[in-house]
Amino acid sequence: MSRFEYAPALESRAIVDIKSSYGLFINGAFTEATDGKPFKTISPASEEVLAEVSEAGPADVDKAVRAARRAFDKVWGPMAGRDRAKYLYRIARLIQERARELAVLESLDNGKPIRESRDVDIPLVAAHFFYYAGWADKLEYAGAGDDPQPWGVAGQVIPWNFPLLMLAWKIAPALAAGNTVVLKPAETTPLTALAFAEICQQADLPPGVVNIVTGAGRTGQALVEHPDVNKVAFTGSTAVGRAIAKSVAGTDKAVTLELGGKAANIVFEDAPIDQTIEGIVNGIFFNQGHVCCAGSRLLVQESVYDEVLGRLKRRMESLRVGDPLDKNTDIGAINSAAQLAKIRELSQVGEDEGSERWSPECELPAQGFWFPPTVFTGVSQAHRIAREEIFGPVLSVLTFRTPAEAVEKANNTPFGLSAGIWTEKGSRILWMANQLRAGVVWANTFNRFDPTSPFGGYKESGYGREGGRHGLEAYLAH
Amino acid sequence: MPTKDGARLEVRKTYKLYIGGAFPRSESGRAYAVNNTKGKFLANASQASRKDARDAVVAARKAFGGWSGKTAYNRGQILYRIAEVMEGRHEQFSAEVAASEGLSISKARAAVDASIDRWVWYAGWADKLAQIVGSSNPVAGPYFDFSLPEATGIVAVLAPQESSLLGLTSVIAPAIVSGNTVVAVSSFERPLPAITLGEVMATSDLPGGVVNLLTGSASEIGPWLASHMDVNAIDLCGISDPDEARDLEAASAENLKRVRRPAVEDWSESPGLSRMTQYLELKTVWHPIGV
Repeated sequence: MSRFEYAPALESRAIVDIKSSYGLFINGAFTEATDGKPFKTISPASEEVLAEVSEAGPADVDKAVRAARRAFDKVWGPMAGRDRAKYLYRIARLIQERARELAVLESLDNGKPIRESRDVDIPLVAAHFFYYAGWADKLEYAGAGDDPQPWGVAGQVIPWNFPLLMLAWKIAPALAAGNTVVLKPAETTPLTALAFAEICQQADLPPGVVNIVTGAGRTGQALVEHPDVNKVAFTGSTAVGRAIAKSVAGTDKAVTLELGGKAANIVFEDAPIDQTIEGIVNGIFFNQGHVCCAGSRLLVQESVYDEVLGRLKRRMESLRVGDPLDKNTDIGAINSAAQLAKIRELSQVGEDEGSERWSPECELPAQGFWFPPTVFTGVSQAHRIAREEIFGPVLSVLTFRTPAEAVEKANNTPFGLSAGIWTEKGSRILWMANQLRAGVVWANTFNRFDPTSPFGGYKESGYGREGGRHGLEAYLAH
Repeated sequence: MPTKDGARLEVRKTYKLYIGGAFPRSESGRAYAVNNTKGKFLANASQASRKDARDAVVAARKAFGGWSGKTAYNRGQILYRIAEVMEGRHEQFSAEVAASEGLSISKARAAVDASIDRWVWYAGWADKLAQIVGSSNPVAGPYFDFSLPEATGIVAVLAPQESSLLGLTSVIAPAIVSGNTVVAVSSFERPLPAITLGEVMATSDLPGGVVNLLTGSASEIGPWLASHMDVNAIDLCGISDPDEARDLEAASAENLKRVRRPAVEDWSESPGLSRMTQYLELKTVWHPIGV
């Protein structure tokens, strides 16, 4: 198929003003790190250094937790819910006002297409703060009793795939419930969290209510293990989640974990084919497949296998991989060299184990980290690419004959975060939704998110929910 | 041979484990003497082993699909049935609780009353829980979106050591009412009411394997349940040593079990929802709205 030629339509970088270096945001001010080394954050699309960021060591984390404790005891805890709500509404508005800037900054630091950061990530960030703002003075209706209380200081560690959105999922409900926060953004994507720190300043949020400590695993560990942290919230890999669950054993800390996934996206023979193909593409190629709930295992009913595969490949040929700031781009850069290496390794394993690999012809930029959209066929349930989270634009295709077989295969995983169902038959949708052991089930759609809609996993995908009333409950002691 | 005064010699009961709806002895062949609080011999109890615990997990897994797939109304009726059958064995439970816990017979009767009433209370929750903890979610787009609670799976319960019947009831009923299945290790020194409760369950239309009762040492069996990869949640309430509880919680992290940490409990208090919600998953379902 011949491809349309596009003229690049670049979003301007002029709207962002990145400083050459950033300190830690502790007690309302940017401060120098005392015991960590600075590190660089780069654009994964060009490998250009964007800024130097401070690494928080244990002493810095301790300082941040003390600031959060003081703010909890003196200011935020005693504050009327009505006033906490107003601060959160302010933050939501500031995010809306600075939406374009935040979208560009997110695409620069993370590598995701501007179309997604502009139309999905940042609007959802503002929506989350707006939603939870309204809860702050209504906590007694949240299902945690007549006099629900915050935990105290929340230590939060977030991943690099949706940097500002994950920050919003963590901070908005925590503050609404009356907790104060120390948050560690991911090592490779700290910039929007630091921009958020500025937004807290612009909102005149009292010092210490939100503290941002940048760094890598060591910083996160110091935060999670800090004895004066009451509530731990983590989004990231199952391996790290497991280590956190071990480290809090025997303490009084409350924990929520949102971990990995290997979602089945199940296509029945009566599925609406055009929507289904779009749903498959959105399921696995949205955000370069750096999505814990990605539809990375496609289960296709045998009778429509050839048609679905043929159409999927044709659609994949029209996906544009390239500059995240180009508004035409469908698939941006892989977030880091380490992640690219992992995707390459698992894809090689897929080939070595006998699956057939296919990607459309596509030219990848010379600089930066890139991986073409990829499909593996002839995959069995035992193959590693059907069992392990690849966290990249790589789809494994399996087949089934009966609904019962689809359920069996879909549930044959230690994960349980999400699942997709494509069929025109309503009763089958509801039956399948009942059978699937997953926390989010998308029927005739995929990868939809909303602040009112609880999100989180079964089994080794973690515990607790984010979003909705249930997400608020996770920040209330009861 | 009749007794000296001509009274009838009683038929004593053999206390065994309750696994998969049957009453086997421990595969290990072990038993231990159970005494009352004054040290007088009451009976021998089977001392469950690692293998018994694993068999119980297999039975609980096998029962999970059927039990969680029943209508909530049906589960509620079966829990209520347990209360009905317990009522008929009130005297037996009272005697066992009095002997096990060293209570006066009137206090033991009160504990049995409370246990039966607790089953009735939880029975009523079966078809109301989803309405209290579920939700319809007004998303900003043309989608119908709702969230429903579902059972987590297999819950391992290390039951209270002191309260042999009321405590045990208070930790099992909230787990099974929503469709979970249970492997419980009873109080070590006071195991007899647990097995009698198993006999009630076996005759209350509760499918075999929904509740499995092991008598023996929580310290011995607990680590195998905590590290078992097919157990989804664990209740540590019968563990009083903080170091032991910490180790069990750490072992439970291997497959991200939902852990209920030990806490000081007053079983006579109104239970609230937390023991039910602890073993629930929330599932959110989306569908587009359109013509």
